[in-house]
Amino acid sequence: MASPVITERAPEKTPRRDHRSRGLRRGEGVAGWLFVSPVVVILGVFLFLPVLMALWVSVSDWGGRGSPLSPNVNFVGLDNYGELTSGQGLRSRDFGTALRNNAWYVFLVVPLQTALSLFLAVLVSRRMMKARGFFRTAFYFPSVTSSVAITVLWIFLFSAAGPVNALIAAVTGGKGPNWFNDPRGIVHLLFGVFGVDAAPAAISQPGFLGLSGWDWIAGPSVAMSAFIIMAVFTTSGTFMLLFIAALQNVGYELTEAGMMDGASAWQRFWRITLPQLRPTLFTVITLGLIGCWQVFDQIYTGTKGQPGKTTITPAYLSYTSAFSNQDWGIGAAIAFILFLIIIAFTLLQRWLLRERPVSKRRIRAYTPKGARS
Amino acid sequence: MRHSRRLMALGGVGLAATLALAGCGGSGFDDGPAASGGANGTDGGGLTSSDDALTIMIGSSGDAETAAVKEAVAAWSKDSGVDAEVIAATDLTQQLSQGFAGGNPPDLFYLATELLAGYADNGSVIAYGDQLENKGDFYPSLVQNFTYDDKFFCAPKDFSTLQLIINKNLWDKAGLTEADIPTDWDSLAAAAKKLTSGNTTGLVFSGEYQRVGAFMAEAGGRLVSEDGTTAVADSQENADALAYVKEHLADGTFAYAADVGAGWGGEALGKQLGAMTIEGNWITGALGDYPDVDPLVVELPAGPAGKGTLQFTNCWGMAADSPNQEAALSLVEYLTTAEQQLAFSKAFGPMPSVQSAAEQWTTDNPDLEAFLSGADYAQGVPTNDGVSDVFTDFNAQLATLKDGDPATILKSVQSNLEAIVG
Repeated sequence: MASPVITERAPEKTPRRDHRSRGLRRGEGVAGWLFVSPVVVILGVFLFLPVLMALWVSVSDWGGRGSPLSPNVNFVGLDNYGELTSGQGLRSRDFGTALRNNAWYVFLVVPLQTALSLFLAVLVSRRMMKARGFFRTAFYFPSVTSSVAITVLWIFLFSAAGPVNALIAAVTGGKGPNWFNDPRGIVHLLFGVFGVDAAPAAISQPGFLGLSGWDWIAGPSVAMSAFIIMAVFTTSGTFMLLFIAALQNVGYELTEAGMMDGASAWQRFWRITLPQLRPTLFTVITLGLIGCWQVFDQIYTGTKGQPGKTTITPAYLSYTSAFSNQDWGIGAAIAFILFLIIIAFTLLQRWLLRERPVSKRRIRAYTPKGARS
Repeated sequence: MRHSRRLMALGGVGLAATLALAGCGGSGFDDGPAASGGANGTDGGGLTSSDDALTIMIGSSGDAETAAVKEAVAAWSKDSGVDAEVIAATDLTQQLSQGFAGGNPPDLFYLATELLAGYADNGSVIAYGDQLENKGDFYPSLVQNFTYDDKFFCAPKDFSTLQLIINKNLWDKAGLTEADIPTDWDSLAAAAKKLTSGNTTGLVFSGEYQRVGAFMAEAGGRLVSEDGTTAVADSQENADALAYVKEHLADGTFAYAADVGAGWGGEALGKQLGAMTIEGNWITGALGDYPDVDPLVVELPAGPAGKGTLQFTNCWGMAADSPNQEAALSLVEYLTTAEQQLAFSKAFGPMPSVQSAAEQWTTDNPDLEAFLSGADYAQGVPTNDGVSDVFTDFNAQLATLKDGDPATILKSVQSNLEAIVG
């Protein structure tokens, strides 16, 4: 759609508006709008209006009965947001707990799934490998299975006397944890190994969002860790597919040139292949971040926030606030805060992955000795 | 192009946020009867009347319940000439919310005690209790459960108290006799100790207020005062109860269901992971799956303050937006008659909420008598708006009671309750 307009405009030195409304091209604008109108209407009704509506609900006292636009629904300003972020009371603490849980989840899942999917993609893209088709399908399989089905499978695998614990017992002789019922944070457990069992006085007082520093660094609970393993398992197949596509676009010439220059396979991967995958890396990390911050169905079908609230996430909290407690404003406010968090994270990683000029240090490293100043 | 793609991505994120928020639900734009219905529906005044058919939404425990309710409603339809349709919801809470938001809720529906306050506050349900012909027949404690803001909202559908369920075989095998049936906390601890062996723990129950609260009741404690206006969680009685539970969780004679690998007390009893459990009468249906287990239902032992237990119930909620409330009221009266409730009891096991059915029910179910005896002294769970969040938080802390400090737990429950009570 865009290109004809540009070619038409380009030679024209002084484009004037009235030119376009005359002659052969008269009425083109109207026709254009006519053609895009179905999309505009569909997006408007199913996207923009609901978003605006939700925004309104988040600043209103709508209680879930009748239309949110009816006259007896009042504007309450940022009260709902304030209640969530005040650090006082149960709601704020729940929200803090949900953010804590989800932040740990993102922090572990996104790097792990990106690394694993890249690793798998490199494996199945190798020219030497036999039965590539089989492995591609096998690795991709978890991604096409419904997350509800996988959650059920996971609950079976990680039950107290399930296969995973049987394996742990067979290999180590010890007793595995009671996965989905164990609220202990793994960072706390790690500290416990070194004898730090309780909060040091400095971080034992309620802080940001009503949670103490000790609570913030608890790490994902054992139950959440099982979900983290599941997320890595299910999503890496999808992202592997993206990486495979990207790897096929990486020209072999550069790799060959690298070989001629004596670069090892390891160096070729890090210095030649990976930099060319940057756009795909950006896509994968962005999609991973969005998906991880919105984790809901595993929680809903799996643990419902148990044990000890260590698997509640903002998306799940938003759902329960609205549907179970009839606090629709709070639920909408959580959703919008989540939205802002996702935007912030996307911008941050966009900045981190930006194209950077080669640093002076590196240029020096590749300059012949005599040429150095 | 680049720019528009970014817009699309933003839009996509926004859409996803909205979906997560709204469950993509409801026709929120609909200014239906909600707006025209005026008042907040809690006047208790006149009921609406029309020729409209009724919709009844139930959260069914299974085919037996769905069939029984359908049959009863069909019989009433035939008598009254009003069409009525029964819908078994897959997710009752969510489907109700969608109905209310869209201004087109079911006329009658199962309503849990913890949801009443939320729906009453936003005017979704109407208080019709005082207009029931058989109002005086319901157990007073159940009426109290469904009284909010001094209005009797809805007719209790059925109820159960928590009692002690014993695996008779394991009991006999441990050399215990009828004389050993626990009557106080010490004899409960003694029996649990004798029953604990190998993979079987003496007493197994869910680690949540909804079970542990029975001990608090036996010690004379509660979370919220009887009139629902004062938070009384941080009391010596509650601390004693938690200390007792903690002591025996620690010595291994009591255990939470989750910690022995069971979903709830009934499963633990069925799989013989526990020799005793604390549950309501719904356990009888579940134990059908475990024919080796011969259950014996006895009253919970008395605590320092005498007998005590918790009771759980649901009611027939009526929508404020229903166009045919008069017919709905008559249907509720039909469904809550002693006769009909006894029929339900036969079909799928609930305990009638009316006193006139008690005698017949006891004759029909002599083994389950303890559940009904509890009605005399049981306390209901608090129903204040927002209390389910407090329960969730309390339960999260109870999960670690074994290593926790009862006083600290109760203090946090108290402060959470104070924010919503009064």
